[in-house]
Amino acid sequence: MKIRIKNGRVIDPASATDRVTDVFIDLQLISAVGSVPDGFVAEKEIDASGKLVLPGLVDIQCRVREPGLTHKASIASETNAAARNGITSLCIPPDSKPITDNSAIVEQIHHSNQKAGNRCHIYTIGALTKKLQGEILSNMGTLKQAGCIALSNAQRPFLNNLVQRRAMEYAAGQGMLVVIQPMDQALYGNGCAHEGPLATRRGLPPIPEAAETAALAKDIELVAQTGARTHFGQISCARSVDMIRQAKKDGLPVSADASMHQLFLTDFDIDNFDTRKLVIPPLRSEQDKHALRAGLADGTIDCICSDHQPHDADAKLKPFPSAEPGISSLDVFLPLLFKLVEEGVLPLAEAIAKVTQHPARIFGLPAGQIAPGELADLIIVDDQQSYSCRSEEFLSAGKNNAFEGWDFSTRVEHSIIAGKPID
Amino acid sequence: MANPNLQLHDDGRLRHFLSVEGLSKQILTDILDTAESFTSVTDRSIKKVPILRGKTVANLFFEASTRTRATFELAAQRLSADILSLDIKTSSAVKGESLLDTLHNLEAMQIDMFVIRHQDSGSAHFFASHVHPGVSVLNAGDGQHAHPTQAMLDMFTIRRHKQQFEGLSVAIVGDIKHSRVARSQIHALNILNTGQVRVIAPPTLLPEHCETLGVQVYHDFDEGIRDVDVVIMLRLQKERMTGALLPSEKEYFRQYGLTAERIKLAKPDAIIMHPGPANRGIEIESSVMDGKQSVILQQVTFGIAVRMAVMSMIASQPGLDG
Repeated sequence: MKIRIKNGRVIDPASATDRVTDVFIDLQLISAVGSVPDGFVAEKEIDASGKLVLPGLVDIQCRVREPGLTHKASIASETNAAARNGITSLCIPPDSKPITDNSAIVEQIHHSNQKAGNRCHIYTIGALTKKLQGEILSNMGTLKQAGCIALSNAQRPFLNNLVQRRAMEYAAGQGMLVVIQPMDQALYGNGCAHEGPLATRRGLPPIPEAAETAALAKDIELVAQTGARTHFGQISCARSVDMIRQAKKDGLPVSADASMHQLFLTDFDIDNFDTRKLVIPPLRSEQDKHALRAGLADGTIDCICSDHQPHDADAKLKPFPSAEPGISSLDVFLPLLFKLVEEGVLPLAEAIAKVTQHPARIFGLPAGQIAPGELADLIIVDDQQSYSCRSEEFLSAGKNNAFEGWDFSTRVEHSIIAGKPID
Repeated sequence: MANPNLQLHDDGRLRHFLSVEGLSKQILTDILDTAESFTSVTDRSIKKVPILRGKTVANLFFEASTRTRATFELAAQRLSADILSLDIKTSSAVKGESLLDTLHNLEAMQIDMFVIRHQDSGSAHFFASHVHPGVSVLNAGDGQHAHPTQAMLDMFTIRRHKQQFEGLSVAIVGDIKHSRVARSQIHALNILNTGQVRVIAPPTLLPEHCETLGVQVYHDFDEGIRDVDVVIMLRLQKERMTGALLPSEKEYFRQYGLTAERIKLAKPDAIIMHPGPANRGIEIESSVMDGKQSVILQQVTFGIAVRMAVMSMIASQPGLDG
């Protein structure tokens, strides 16, 4: 279909575009920005006056719970929620059930997405080791051929540093990006809250900063050793930001993201044992939150992810230490991004780049920009709304909302995925 | 979800008893005064008053307990309540029933008050935020968070011996990190304006940012115990020896065990307390535990009166004297 999006404020960080203009879509691709291409007759016109036209967002850490945990959510429910909330590309980690350590699972995921109507592009991150057990390397070349765009051991440990080194080396040899969530399992222990005054007062098993930073220091050394291109996911500590800043200064091939919720919430938000705010890594201190925001601003942190983890109600209806960690965040991702801009953390174009251009570049995805010849993934956003965040209005199957009652100003009016408007 | 005033009615009366933290000095003093009036009941030959007649109290213990469970049972009986004690290890929880289902099934049996001990910090708040209006929860220990009736019986014991809290120095010794008792004691002592609250332990048995609880931290027992009025020893759980928290029981006793020699550094009239169960020869020397400064068995006795006080205050109707 030929679509003309008229009079929108088109913001495309990749081409440094920010102006009111038209975008022309022909079949799956963007055919022009600005003047009408020769012979273009629009079959559908969308009036975007007063609205923003942005590249569809890219979320590099999103759990859709399929395969394996479909009582919580499914590819159908979460791709719908993502698309209608402006997220047009999802990267899903390998820790599904079964684990994404072979091409059959990759195919199954893409098949499910197709059956659900391809409302969103799904990209799979394959397992670095078989069954994520950290002992035997996965068939990385096969996973790459099946379509995996990166490899990770998710939140599971390696047997030892030697296995991790070999896994990183082999992945590098395949030209694959390695994604690491720095975690020292022993220091994590049975912890469920940041080791700070709140955990001390509430008697919650604590998770020290070193549970992340000690692992990250080792991980950075292994990057230096192997040269493997490595992305650090869901960084939560101020010291981690410093270490990544230094690693970049040293010329190491590293990048990093922070979860959206870490940019707004702190450990004190779990006071009174609010299980909706139980996450791993845990919500950290106010100082950590500010350091993450500063890291975003100075470019140390390249991307923001949703770390979306939809849950059934029972998962959170437990005493805090026994509840399941994770926040359902697809429905709050874009509104919170605009809040970062409102709060002066990032200029609008930079904020958008953190969830479009940068993740697309790091993960090598055909997404994240509005330019002729690019895939026509774009969204039309109304940023003049005023509403209160309510989990019952969530499109995600997970109603585990950590931002209940927050005031938001942004809603997605239209999402177009590969040239197809999503209703 | 749980709100900060979950344990109070709108008019300020006690609805649940979940943690000492968040309660006023007035409420704590009321508990102590009410407990004082009940000590005479426990001394009588007929040890019953009809305050909870017709009410049903359920003891729900997901974790082992001797003293707390027994004294809660006696307290409920002496208030004339019907009492149901459930050993969760033999109940449906082990068959996979969720905590909330267990709770709601018991509620369907018209329970008025739940006394709950559970291994998760925050479990008492969890239960309290899910019971029906009119049903109360008493926290008999939740994870490492709180054990408020234990703290109040300790306060009662201290007040009996020292009359007031102002100007007192109190030292809490041992595994603060994993202790719900210590956390509740520290809050209670501070709310009651205790002169000085000290904690004495090796760093591995102290939570991070311990000083934010309102205590002075000592790693040296001899320094910390100097001139204190009250010494509270905490139980050292055997499993702490396996987690690389401590070198050995012998080393622990040498460094942090209360001996007859050490107690001389405290005030001559200092009292020695222990919430039980005590490990003789590990955190406390036998002769000290049985010595004349020890008030450990009194704590158990007072536990009944204090638990009667809390139960009666929770059962009291607005406008009537509890």
